[in-house]
Amino acid sequence: MRKLYLLAAVAAALIAAPAFAADDDTLTIGMTLSQTGPLNIDSLAQQRGAELWRDEVNDAGGLKVGNKQYKIRFVTYDDQSQGARVQQLYTRLIVQDKAQFLFSPYSSGLCATAAVITEQYGKPMLIAGGSEPKTYALGNKYLVQVLSSADHYLTGSINALESKAPHAKVALVYSDNPFSKAVATAAREQAKESGFSIVLDESYAPSTTDFSPIINKIISGSTDALLGGGYYTDGATLARQIYDQKANLKYISLLVAPDSPEFASLGPAAYGITVPSQWEIQAAYKPQFGPTGPQFVKAFVAKFNAAPDYHSAIGYATGLLLQHAIEQTGSIDPDKVVAALNSMDVTTFFGRFKIATDPGHHGLQIGHEMVLAQWQKKNGQLEREVVWPAAAKTADLLYPLH
Amino acid sequence: MPGIIASVVDGVLIGSVYGLAAMGLTLIWGVMNVVNLTHGAAIVAGMFALYLLTSAVGVPPYATLPIILVGSFLVGVVLYWIAVHRLIGRPHLMILLSTFSVNLVVIGLGTAVWGTGLFNVPMSLPGVTWDRYTFSGTHIVAAGLTALIAGSLYLFLYHTRPGKAVRAVANNREAAELSGIPTTRVLSLSFGLGVALAGVAGTLIATMFPFTVLAGDAYQLKSFVVTALGGLGNPAGALAGGVALGLIEGLATQFMPVSWTLVIEFVLFVAVLIVFPRGVFAFRRT
Amino acid sequence: MRTVKIAEVGRAPIFRRPFFWIIALVIVAFVVAPLVGNGVELRESLLLAAVYITLASNLNIMLGFAGYINFGSIVFFGLGGYICIYLISAQGWPLAAAEFAAGVVVSLLAFVFGLGILRLRGAFFALATIGINEAVQAFVSNFEPWGGAAGLYLPTTIFAPLGGPMRALWIIYFLLVAVMGASLYLSFAIKISKFGLGLMAIGQNEDAAVVLGVPAPLYKAIAYSLSAFLPSIAGGLYFFKSAFIQPSDAFDLGLSTEAMVVVMLGGRGTITGAAIGAYLYEELCGWLLTSQTFSNFQLVVSGMLLLIIVLFVPGGLIGWIYSRWPWTKAILE
Repeated sequence: MRKLYLLAAVAAALIAAPAFAADDDTLTIGMTLSQTGPLNIDSLAQQRGAELWRDEVNDAGGLKVGNKQYKIRFVTYDDQSQGARVQQLYTRLIVQDKAQFLFSPYSSGLCATAAVITEQYGKPMLIAGGSEPKTYALGNKYLVQVLSSADHYLTGSINALESKAPHAKVALVYSDNPFSKAVATAAREQAKESGFSIVLDESYAPSTTDFSPIINKIISGSTDALLGGGYYTDGATLARQIYDQKANLKYISLLVAPDSPEFASLGPAAYGITVPSQWEIQAAYKPQFGPTGPQFVKAFVAKFNAAPDYHSAIGYATGLLLQHAIEQTGSIDPDKVVAALNSMDVTTFFGRFKIATDPGHHGLQIGHEMVLAQWQKKNGQLEREVVWPAAAKTADLLYPLH
Repeated sequence: MPGIIASVVDGVLIGSVYGLAAMGLTLIWGVMNVVNLTHGAAIVAGMFALYLLTSAVGVPPYATLPIILVGSFLVGVVLYWIAVHRLIGRPHLMILLSTFSVNLVVIGLGTAVWGTGLFNVPMSLPGVTWDRYTFSGTHIVAAGLTALIAGSLYLFLYHTRPGKAVRAVANNREAAELSGIPTTRVLSLSFGLGVALAGVAGTLIATMFPFTVLAGDAYQLKSFVVTALGGLGNPAGALAGGVALGLIEGLATQFMPVSWTLVIEFVLFVAVLIVFPRGVFAFRRT
Repeated sequence: MRTVKIAEVGRAPIFRRPFFWIIALVIVAFVVAPLVGNGVELRESLLLAAVYITLASNLNIMLGFAGYINFGSIVFFGLGGYICIYLISAQGWPLAAAEFAAGVVVSLLAFVFGLGILRLRGAFFALATIGINEAVQAFVSNFEPWGGAAGLYLPTTIFAPLGGPMRALWIIYFLLVAVMGASLYLSFAIKISKFGLGLMAIGQNEDAAVVLGVPAPLYKAIAYSLSAFLPSIAGGLYFFKSAFIQPSDAFDLGLSTEAMVVVMLGGRGTITGAAIGAYLYEELCGWLLTSQTFSNFQLVVSGMLLLIIVLFVPGGLIGWIYSRWPWTKAILE
């Protein structure tokens, strides 16, 4: 409903308001965030990371482009977690606000719809919030993915489970959205190859609030491990109801939701749940430029009075990588900057960054690796520890949970 | 097999609450031939009332029920006078649109104030475990309270004067008017009652599941499905229809992916409307 | 009570009537304005207005003429969109063929379903239309060949046969304006025909109409089917432009709601009303939404508008104009 209203609004505003002429000294970056709607918790986290980057750069005088210094200006709109709104808003960002670069919205679905517009108008967009790989097979030229793609999400989790229970009975229960579906597709293949038996393989509508039928089926299948979930709202609800219904699973791996600091509010229901993570505070990458992990965390906490999760790290890294590409080329010409991004192979506090450029995967991130984190008790407090891979871990994986 | 039984039992528990919601809708429909499209908004109001009363004021969850019952009733009466009274007797189109527009306004205000995010009322009740399955305590209590409220409604309709007046007006408004029943007051009373039932059903649902401002539309649709099953103007039928719907949902999930239940529900709805316009459980004529 | 213009039937042929030329003027305005004016921005805005007008004037056939509330009219838009996108992406059909197929299939489905649900009266029918929309949405969400809940994407190469994305956006715009024009002409043609007379008789008093010999079930089914044809084509164009379709956007009941508010706002049963109502409503929403504080109030506003109209001004804007300046009835429809 709000979508056509917004369409109307945007459209009317497009005629009514005077076009903004970009300053010579300002670089305009456009994006939408989900201030409202089911994606808002995760979207806000991503936005905060980006804002921290912008403020640090502007405080230091701006982006260095050749001899000039450009201040960074964000133009943001609320997409209300809705796809059609995203398309109208990105059109406005490009046509009216004259954004020179775009950052993506949050979630694979919204990123894909935004990409349609940015590709139509030939503007570069850095994908901070969408991991689904299908977008990169559609013939784009200006998309650059910062985070690991969806098919890597459950890789680590499945490997971790395999090391503890090679013949586990696994339930794959995931939200019916592009991101979770992409993750599930890859996970399904990998689970079969690892020798697990998949006792349940079902998707649920993203707006589901009553998981008892699915949980009953999980229990009926004598399931050992649950893999799946979606975003924060359904993931948290699923975790809570699994606990209430005493499903007593040995291993649970849910997407996205457990990585939010909010998840701790579930109390005992959060204990033991693992989450595939793009980045954790304990990650110890040695950056070639930009802050180290601890420096980033410190700055973030100072500004927002809360610890960053991986969405914030991605938001920051997105700006950082764009900055690096611009500074390396000494220009803000979109084609040059995209070419630079496509040829970079660098490491930041967030991890490695390298882009595929073959037509079937143009823009896909192939350098970054994910870790698996788990909620454990440390001195009576619930905290997230990195449990996989061995090179990155800060604690051992707790298994079985029951 | 135990899995099927567990799902069926759970379905019946939840279904009874759907039935409670539908009772409000069908009562109004039966008494004054009005399809109350603010039904969904009333359900959501009940949900948010629970949330506000428990989080801001600290009232224990189930203790909010009497408050919400009375509050929704009053709101219903006011709503009747604003949106419905002028249009009684006018083409149905207008009343439908009228209640529909009020629904838009209420949901719109709700969205403006609370956004469309998910809200949850933390409830911790011990469940009942059987075999490997646990029935959530909140589901059991909700079903129990539904039975209580439905029983009270029955007593009201059949053993009190105002209740009998309601039934008289539902049966034949002119005759009731002629026998001295103040029909306008009865209409507003019935509308208030219908909204109260919806509000309380919303509260009970909120004790079981998290909710958003937009959840009202989904439950309103379920109420329509239930009413189609149970027959118009027939509160007992509504309860039976609700339980039937819960049963169908519970059973269906066992034999097919859970995401297909909605398809079944709506196809059933349209089919029932076409084949049984009076409802599958039409015990008596409206 | 609205008066039925019996004298209309059998009068001058359609292109001698002033209203025919008024519609033509509107179409020309839509075509010319973005070309000479602000370009892309104006085009985006007018495209939206064209979609609203298409949906509203086709809804008017059922709601305004026959008096049947179609809450779920958006199902035609969404289904048309899906059929078109599916044929283009999975079967490689060209746009024109896919659009035609979408229009035909959806109208046929509407006719068949219409025969079934149009036996229902009033509120029952309205609810059944919601049921159909929700059933189709739930089904499509589970239907993998159509992408399920995640939807279907079109690769960027899809605009190549049309000369690239920028040119394609213009072509799609003109096509949508054509669909809008066709919708206005269709409503007009129905209104001045014997068929339309029958529909309006049904809308006033269906039982009396049947007694007087109006073949109600057939007429209703035809009306329902006709009201599905152009919105389905519009849906195909709209989602083709977006290069992306998913169930929650395609079957958004909120859009049906807006179409209904627009028809009532403009004046139920009047063609000018549907068009002006759509345009005004779009501007109003646009004005509301540029402000951050008001971005969530559009539902409230449309609800209040509808309530006020239903309670106090059931004839809508055009109804009010007719009552104030009766001579306009001869020109406007």
